Amino acid sequence: MKIDAKGMHYRPMNKMIRDAVAAGEKEFELDNIGGQRYIGAGLNENVKITINGTPGNDLGAFMNGPKIIVNANGQDGLANTMNAGEIIVHGNVGDIIGYGMRGGKLYIKGDVGYRVGIHMKEYKKQVPVIIAGGTAGDFFGEYMAGGLMILLGMNSKSPLVGDYVGTGMHGGVMYIRGTVDPYHLGKEVSCLELNEDDVKLIGGYLKEYCEYFGFNFDEVMGGKFTKLVPLSLRPYGDLYVY
Amino acid sequence: MESQLPAEFRVHVDHERCRKCKRCVINCSFSAIEFKDKVIPNNKQCVACHRCATFCPESAITITENPLDYKDSYNWTPEMRKNILKQADSGGIILTGMGNPKPYPIYWDHMLIDACQVTNPSIDPLREPMELRTYLGAKPESLEFEGEGENISLKTELAPQVKLDIPIVFAAMSYGAISLNAHKALAMAARRMGTLMNTGEGGLHEDLAGYTDRIIVQVASGRFGVTSKYLNNSALVEIKIGQGAKPGIGGHLPGEKVGEDISKTRMIPVGTDALSPAPHHDIYSIEDLSQLIYAIKETTDYKKPVSVKIAAVHNVAAIASGIVRAGADIVMIDGFRGGTGAAPMIIRDHVGIPIELALAAVDERLRQEGIRNRASILVGGSIRQSADVVKAIALGADACVIGTASLIAMGCRVCQKCYTGNCAWGIATQKPELVRRLNPELTADRLCNLLTAWGHEIQEVLGSLGINAIESLRGSRERLRGVGLNQEALDILGIKHAGIGQ
Amino acid sequence: MKCDGIPSGCAISGLMSEEGRRIDGSVVIKSIACMHDRSNGLGGGFAAYGIYPKRKDMYAFHMMFDNAQAKENTEEFFKNYFNVDKDEAIPTRRQKGVSNPPILWRYFLEVPENKLEFQSERDYVAKTVMKINSDIEGAFVASSGMNMGAFKGVGYPEDIGEFYKLEEYSAYIWTSHGRFPTNTPGWWGGAHPFTLLDWSVVHNGEISSYGINKRYLEMFGYKLELRTDTEVIAYLFDLLVRKHKLPVEKAVQALAATFWKDIDRMEPEQKKVAMALRQVYGSTLLNGPFSIILGHSRGMIGLNDRIKLRPMTAARKDDMLYMASEESAIREIAPDLDEVWSPRAGTPVFGKLRPEVE
Repeated sequence: MKIDAKGMHYRPMNKMIRDAVAAGEKEFELDNIGGQRYIGAGLNENVKITINGTPGNDLGAFMNGPKIIVNANGQDGLANTMNAGEIIVHGNVGDIIGYGMRGGKLYIKGDVGYRVGIHMKEYKKQVPVIIAGGTAGDFFGEYMAGGLMILLGMNSKSPLVGDYVGTGMHGGVMYIRGTVDPYHLGKEVSCLELNEDDVKLIGGYLKEYCEYFGFNFDEVMGGKFTKLVPLSLRPYGDLYVY
Repeated sequence: MESQLPAEFRVHVDHERCRKCKRCVINCSFSAIEFKDKVIPNNKQCVACHRCATFCPESAITITENPLDYKDSYNWTPEMRKNILKQADSGGIILTGMGNPKPYPIYWDHMLIDACQVTNPSIDPLREPMELRTYLGAKPESLEFEGEGENISLKTELAPQVKLDIPIVFAAMSYGAISLNAHKALAMAARRMGTLMNTGEGGLHEDLAGYTDRIIVQVASGRFGVTSKYLNNSALVEIKIGQGAKPGIGGHLPGEKVGEDISKTRMIPVGTDALSPAPHHDIYSIEDLSQLIYAIKETTDYKKPVSVKIAAVHNVAAIASGIVRAGADIVMIDGFRGGTGAAPMIIRDHVGIPIELALAAVDERLRQEGIRNRASILVGGSIRQSADVVKAIALGADACVIGTASLIAMGCRVCQKCYTGNCAWGIATQKPELVRRLNPELTADRLCNLLTAWGHEIQEVLGSLGINAIESLRGSRERLRGVGLNQEALDILGIKHAGIGQ
Repeated sequence: MKCDGIPSGCAISGLMSEEGRRIDGSVVIKSIACMHDRSNGLGGGFAAYGIYPKRKDMYAFHMMFDNAQAKENTEEFFKNYFNVDKDEAIPTRRQKGVSNPPILWRYFLEVPENKLEFQSERDYVAKTVMKINSDIEGAFVASSGMNMGAFKGVGYPEDIGEFYKLEEYSAYIWTSHGRFPTNTPGWWGGAHPFTLLDWSVVHNGEISSYGINKRYLEMFGYKLELRTDTEVIAYLFDLLVRKHKLPVEKAVQALAATFWKDIDRMEPEQKKVAMALRQVYGSTLLNGPFSIILGHSRGMIGLNDRIKLRPMTAARKDDMLYMASEESAIREIAPDLDEVWSPRAGTPVFGKLRPEVE
């Protein structure tokens, strides 16, 4: 289904999409998107949505299955508390993406902003994944409780990552392609080298990722990765007295 | 004349639990417990310092107020009756220690702090930056720059600044009033926590020479231990004009506490009472103070900020303004609840004003005169918890000073018998066998713990206020509201009543 | 009617031609309209620079009067303080969504020589602005700069823009704001931008350090009457840049100061400057989440708080600089851009008129 979104408010547009999904429509192409919010929010079915233009905030919030492709930059709040599905962005995105994400994949070709992947969670096989091809701002992975994040720095912009990386981390794992000055790390994080299992794990996701964006898989895997894990499950155990 | 006074406290020993280890007997420094087949208390000597109870492995000791009931009178309290008995026994001025215990209003407990919701988010202090760093010293009104573009440089020279990692400083307590080990603990803790301690008026013992960059050296009216070397080896110099516990009168170190070492440090004979004169005899007017301030600045080549410590009295705002204009870089105001090693009870309990009101009045007055930047304001007397620190800073203080709180952290139970020199905790004593009970390293740990805990608590409050730097709280009275205060008190504090929005 | 403590939401947009080319208001209206959902219709406004070329050396006071008496009182006041070259109603059209406007009038003023005994002309004008706001009941100064003006009121920004017929104005800098106040009904004077002389500020966020920023400004004689935290930003720039003569980059550094831990790692010369700024100007630190766009006669400045709690996207195309809360608001008026980026926390974006431009 093709929708020309020029001048359309998000409410009627999203309603149109929801009704069509309920009626069995499986593929959508949205043209002339200019800031409409909440696209894909709360959708449960495995439909495909292609977005031409800059989507508004909270793309894919609470989403549970669809695949969304964005052919432009994204704004803030992508994959907010997303449960399942895929969002693929051929550009940069803004702040607070993947907040409370519980499943699904978020693949960004370029840079991500501040407060990415805050309080991501996982349970057994349900593991959310965020992969960003460029740089990230401060508070990357703040209060992470589960899930997987990979930062690649492919565009060689500096700084690769901001301050307070992984502050409050108590679950999950991050892989950063490059070195991170310990000064920028949250105090709950420790750095490790990758082992065979790590390489296999990220290799699986990165193969798919590289295909989407035309990156050279070998070049990407050839970089020196740092693995970041939490020091403890209970980083604040000593802080209180009763 | 034999005393007619009854025992103040009653010590009860549970003999069924008592192991007869005699730890209580060994620990008591007031001769209030002895052993004759079993542990026998001597109630009249007990001061309720809790040393025996704390060290009893069986928790077999309880200490209660002696339940000697008087016929009830709202007006003639038991204390009133006992004080008269005491004075009839002796003809003396009643001496006491620590701070004013009378039930005057505590304004800290009538102020509530704001919190952010919805329209303004709180900040997470555990995971996001939260800055408590504070610099004490005179600041210029503005900065001048020169150059352009990439090469902009600072033209203005700032007066010397002292860095604090946390806006809490250890109060002035003299070596003499407290033991050398206590002084050492304070110095170590000050170094470790990035704050300062204060020599008080007793001079600086040579054992503390390695810590002088974290020590405020005090110049009091007795000028004990004051030399050029003393002044130059310091973080800053403080002229002590007054003290909250005893505004208008001088320091008092009873002869019981003047042993060999004190005699050497203070340069006075062993066993004499060290009574600092009430005024500095070279300061009889504000211009004399200015003269002394600049004498010190000249002696220290203008490298040390000079602080002036005053008690909070009725005219404190005008006095503070005068002090700032006289050239002080810091004004330290000590409220009427401030502690002391020894002071006449009449002065301690009836003279001075609350620090909350003094602080509010001084900060506002200096702002009205456009000179608030010329000096940092430190306040104390009494700061009992981190919430008091937050409220003090919101009223306008640059930092708080803690005396009694640091003593309690060191083990003090505020029994108010400091002037006897028998402190069982090794703090307010000079007797070697008691002083050695206080381990400087372990005690420094305790002081660091206190500041660490308070620092975290302050950060929690800042977070809930939606700010991440202490300078955004400093003087922001908008973040406080009063409860149960009349309009005058609210006006003096410069805060609105709870329930009123912006 | 004044309203209490209205916090600032929620959408900002600004554009500037660094070559001084004039652009009409319909462009910025389109941009801010795109972010309609960030506001709730209770406030919108615009600042425009370069709009009164024929009277560019006069102070253009945009006034809001609750009633005719306020207007009369103000005009009496003006007679005593200024030479009034011209005055007229600010042209408006009826617009759905904009109701109960106050009396909107503009005055082109010059300061008589003999009025300036011991103060500069700008100090004089700033003082009169604060005097009007505090002393003349029902009268408020929306803007008081030269060759610029603020157009604001209660309504969605795009409706306010239509109301004021902004398509008829040509400016080389436009900033705009849409509001989401959470307290009582919006008040015309409380909409953004806030201005003083030729400073204008549009602000998204809330200033949690307002209490001390205000007390600090009061020490220097500023009177803050408009009960909205944004007011302090305009006044702080006036104090630091105009009165204390700080280079504008340093004023920005004072308001969004670097963290101590980062200052500790700086090169000695840089460190000295950064430390001195925080020690002396600690009371000007703006705490709390904010994105602001500041306008002045020679340019535009965009700034975020130190931990970037509010969004801001910047972009350039040829001689144009764009800044907005959302990228889509920029794409709406400039689909092709040379570069797009998110400014880092506490790092300003400067738009500057080329030196040769008048």
